Amino acid sequence: MSFPLLSAITFTPVTVGMLLLLFPADRHTEIRITALAGATLTLFLSIWAYFSYDISLAGYQFVERLNWVPALGISYYVGVDGLSLPMVLLTGIVVFTGVLISWKIDDRPREFFAFLFLLATGVFGVFVALDLFHLFFFYEIAVFPMYLLIAIWGWRVTREYAAMKLTLYLFIGSVLAVVGALAMYFAAGMNTFDMLALQNANFSADFQRFWFPFIFFGFAVLAGIFPFHNWSPDGHVAAPTAVSMFHAGVLMKLGAFAALRVGVMLLPAGAYYWMPWIVFLALINVVYGSFVAMMQRDLKYVIGFSSVSHMGLVTMGVASLTPIGVTGAGLQMFSHGAMTALFFACVGMMYDQAHTRDIPSLGGFGAKMPMVAVAFIIGGLVSMGMPGFSGFIAEQPIFMGVWAAGQTTSQYYLGQQYSWIDLVAVLAIAITAAYILRAVHQVFFTKLPAEFEHHVGDVTMLDKVALAVLVGVLLALGWFPAWMAPLVASSAENVMTILQGAAG
Amino acid sequence: MVTFIYQNILSLILFSPVVVILILLILPNNMHSAIRWTALLGSLVPLAFNVVMWSGYDPAVPGFQFEQRAEWFSAVHSSYHVGVDGISVPMLLLTALLVPLGILASFKIDERVKAFMVLYLALEVGMLGVFVSLDLLLFFLFYEVGLVPMYFLISLWGSPSGERDLGGGRKVPARQYASFKFFVYTLAGSLGLLMAIQVIGQTLGTFDLPELIELWPALKQDVFDGVSMSAVKIAAFWTFTIAFAIKVPLWPFHTWLPDAHTEAPTAGSMILAGVLLKLGAYGFLRLVLPLFPEEAAAAAPLLATLAALSIVLGAMAAYGQTDFKRLVAYSSVNHMGFVVLGIAVAAWAAQVSDPAIRLSATIAANGAVLQMFNHGLSAAAMFFLVGVVYERAHTRDLDELGGGIWQLAPVYGGILIFSSMASLGLPGLGGFVAEFAIVRGAWPLFTLATGVSMLGLFFTGAYILKGVQQVLHGPRNEKWSHYPMEISLREVLVVAPLMVLIVLAGIWPAWLLTMINQTVLRLVG
Repeated sequence: MSFPLLSAITFTPVTVGMLLLLFPADRHTEIRITALAGATLTLFLSIWAYFSYDISLAGYQFVERLNWVPALGISYYVGVDGLSLPMVLLTGIVVFTGVLISWKIDDRPREFFAFLFLLATGVFGVFVALDLFHLFFFYEIAVFPMYLLIAIWGWRVTREYAAMKLTLYLFIGSVLAVVGALAMYFAAGMNTFDMLALQNANFSADFQRFWFPFIFFGFAVLAGIFPFHNWSPDGHVAAPTAVSMFHAGVLMKLGAFAALRVGVMLLPAGAYYWMPWIVFLALINVVYGSFVAMMQRDLKYVIGFSSVSHMGLVTMGVASLTPIGVTGAGLQMFSHGAMTALFFACVGMMYDQAHTRDIPSLGGFGAKMPMVAVAFIIGGLVSMGMPGFSGFIAEQPIFMGVWAAGQTTSQYYLGQQYSWIDLVAVLAIAITAAYILRAVHQVFFTKLPAEFEHHVGDVTMLDKVALAVLVGVLLALGWFPAWMAPLVASSAENVMTILQGAAG
Repeated sequence: MVTFIYQNILSLILFSPVVVILILLILPNNMHSAIRWTALLGSLVPLAFNVVMWSGYDPAVPGFQFEQRAEWFSAVHSSYHVGVDGISVPMLLLTALLVPLGILASFKIDERVKAFMVLYLALEVGMLGVFVSLDLLLFFLFYEVGLVPMYFLISLWGSPSGERDLGGGRKVPARQYASFKFFVYTLAGSLGLLMAIQVIGQTLGTFDLPELIELWPALKQDVFDGVSMSAVKIAAFWTFTIAFAIKVPLWPFHTWLPDAHTEAPTAGSMILAGVLLKLGAYGFLRLVLPLFPEEAAAAAPLLATLAALSIVLGAMAAYGQTDFKRLVAYSSVNHMGFVVLGIAVAAWAAQVSDPAIRLSATIAANGAVLQMFNHGLSAAAMFFLVGVVYERAHTRDLDELGGGIWQLAPVYGGILIFSSMASLGLPGLGGFVAEFAIVRGAWPLFTLATGVSMLGLFFTGAYILKGVQQVLHGPRNEKWSHYPMEISLREVLVVAPLMVLIVLAGIWPAWLLTMINQTVLRLVG
């Protein structure tokens, strides 16, 4: 048996987290170094997995399967394809950079890192899951540490409120999804949670249409779909920096990913039935999210709502039900993950020194922390879909997917309107450009307020490494999409095969 | 080695500034003079490659040359496909020439030198990329990417003084207002362009330009999302046209230009007027005419009318300015109007089989390309010279300057007169040949518009003489007596290459026209 790479990726973080708990609580330096070593190892493993995936074979690779609860048909079943692999890589990157920029946390760093690693294990577990039970198991593991991380280490003003709101929203969502999953389990009558087996269960069209919304919306809550997006900006704002990075960077993708993996791939006929409606919700996400972001004064809320807007694009790509749109959704999940991680890292660094995120009271940070300015600007350019940055590479196929949907699905009752969705959604690009430019100018290039003159300085070397890694990823994807796009496209084709099976 | 260079010449041109950027990034921030010299010498590398490319370019060979193709973004069927023809070669030469001159002109910049040089070279990459792209998506990428450095050049290194009232007493620094307007205006134009590009790519399953030129105009019967293809084409045509009309800029889409120019640093204005405006005209020639021949022919009279209005109104607006730089900025509207007039003629004639009219169209299109090149030279020179006087007097206001500067700065005066005459279109200098060709070609087709444009030429003379007179002539303004107003050697070196080329293009335009004509013949004839 070959090296169990995916298990190693999944369980390295939690092992390191447990190890951390063995340290005496006051050995901060040792704890941090161990955490960084664990994060580096995780990143290394995910890079290894990413680059040893054989795209010519496509399909699920590095598959491992063990019986877990055979009586109920539950197994430990993992494998990755072109949609989950970029997410695994992204998680590795966010864990690594998140640990780097959390170096200065002084309040119980041992527990903080332990929970962060537990969260990482949960996230990895979902991305590699091929068994429905396995997926839910890790999904809940990922939600639980979020609550504690926000409630304990979050922003004093709103942390209790936000942690509660976030957890309740997500629990309601996952309850819906679990109900749907159980319905599938019983309807299939195969006594298995194996998702690849369930794909071939031939659920009746009526069954699929009825249960699809349960699964899809249950997970899409986590992706911040309108009108269930409200918990997300609050959560972002209240969370400590590394957790915001995790939350926006990876956790929201968990929702979109699971909605695609479970909702669309197991209930394709339901997807066909509902997607022309869901695409409208996605449109509202995209445009309304950007307008709300424009109205914010708190820098973290700006980014929080811009995440709502950008995650709408992911949903839009999936909802187009075209190979190119799904490819775009996959790329956007990766691109947006790295981008918001970068944004929140930058904001966190400024907040640490300025103790405010109010845009009008900030100013002149460009001269004090030039690297943060450059990183934030690059994040902003990604955000507005500027060509040459990863946002363009991701949004281009999404928009084209919607055009393609308009062209190919004229047999569906709302098919005629797909083109209008693109034409309206593109507004968001202009709005994004406006609020990003305004924020960038105000925060970095106006005169430095006198109160910041003395206690604001440059960021540490570790912070710079974290920023450089994220910026490097965004630029690499922006100029050379060839290292990721074909991989995602290969799995998008697989999704399409399933969908076409349902359509035909 | 030689074969390698020739096979990859366009990639070398395109990516050599990137290498310079990387070198600049590792230099320490405070080594200002090392950064300046590295940038200057580094920017000569793409120029050298361009000269090599130009010397290897064979005008007689039809189609694109030095083509290269590599996988880029296969998921949307877009590839890295580059190549040049007789329209892009002059533009590449112009770009590669103006960048070192702009860098040399910016040696006085002391603030954030490294960032300035990096952005300036990034801008060069964007512009070069547009001129070599043979893939629609790649074209768009480079077309857009230049916006970012230009935005920051204006907003961070623009003129430090000046405020704009946004109404309600809210005031913002003028350079912030101008850069924001520039960015949003151009971006707004590009969004429609992007949508249209996506529709084209989605319909035909490729972004490869030579293929699209074959397939797209021939597409007739199909339906796109319930809308007939002809309606889609008309919509796409207008999004292309508006995006490029904003960039050119064509009246009434020009209002971003005077603001951007006035606030931009000297080197930024040089590139903005010299090359960025040409991206719009180039877009018409490279994309609009080949992809939308029928729609363009139908819209040609309207384009010609707008061009004539740009010429006349641009000239009148220039005459009305009291700010020297704004005057020169409006002159760009005036001169680029001629380019669009030439393009409109070419668009219209593509549908006509009368050989006399086709000949006229060929002449006009030749003139348009030549005018793009010449205006690049003369506008860059003019903006530079405005910058020279501004750097010393710290004012661009013609009344405040008060005239008489020629006495204090005889060499500067001579150069300014020379550049002004080139801008005015004096025979023997570059502008004359180009404008004459455009007018000669446009006359039989759009007689009225051409006649009105000739009226514009009168105002051109008026505003240029006004500028010259109020800066150079008249009694000496004692305020400047104690300032070193004379142009320095470094500054002469910036403007000298431009002057040489202006004369060369005026007396013996054949060195460009042979190349341009062959391509234009294929486009129009």
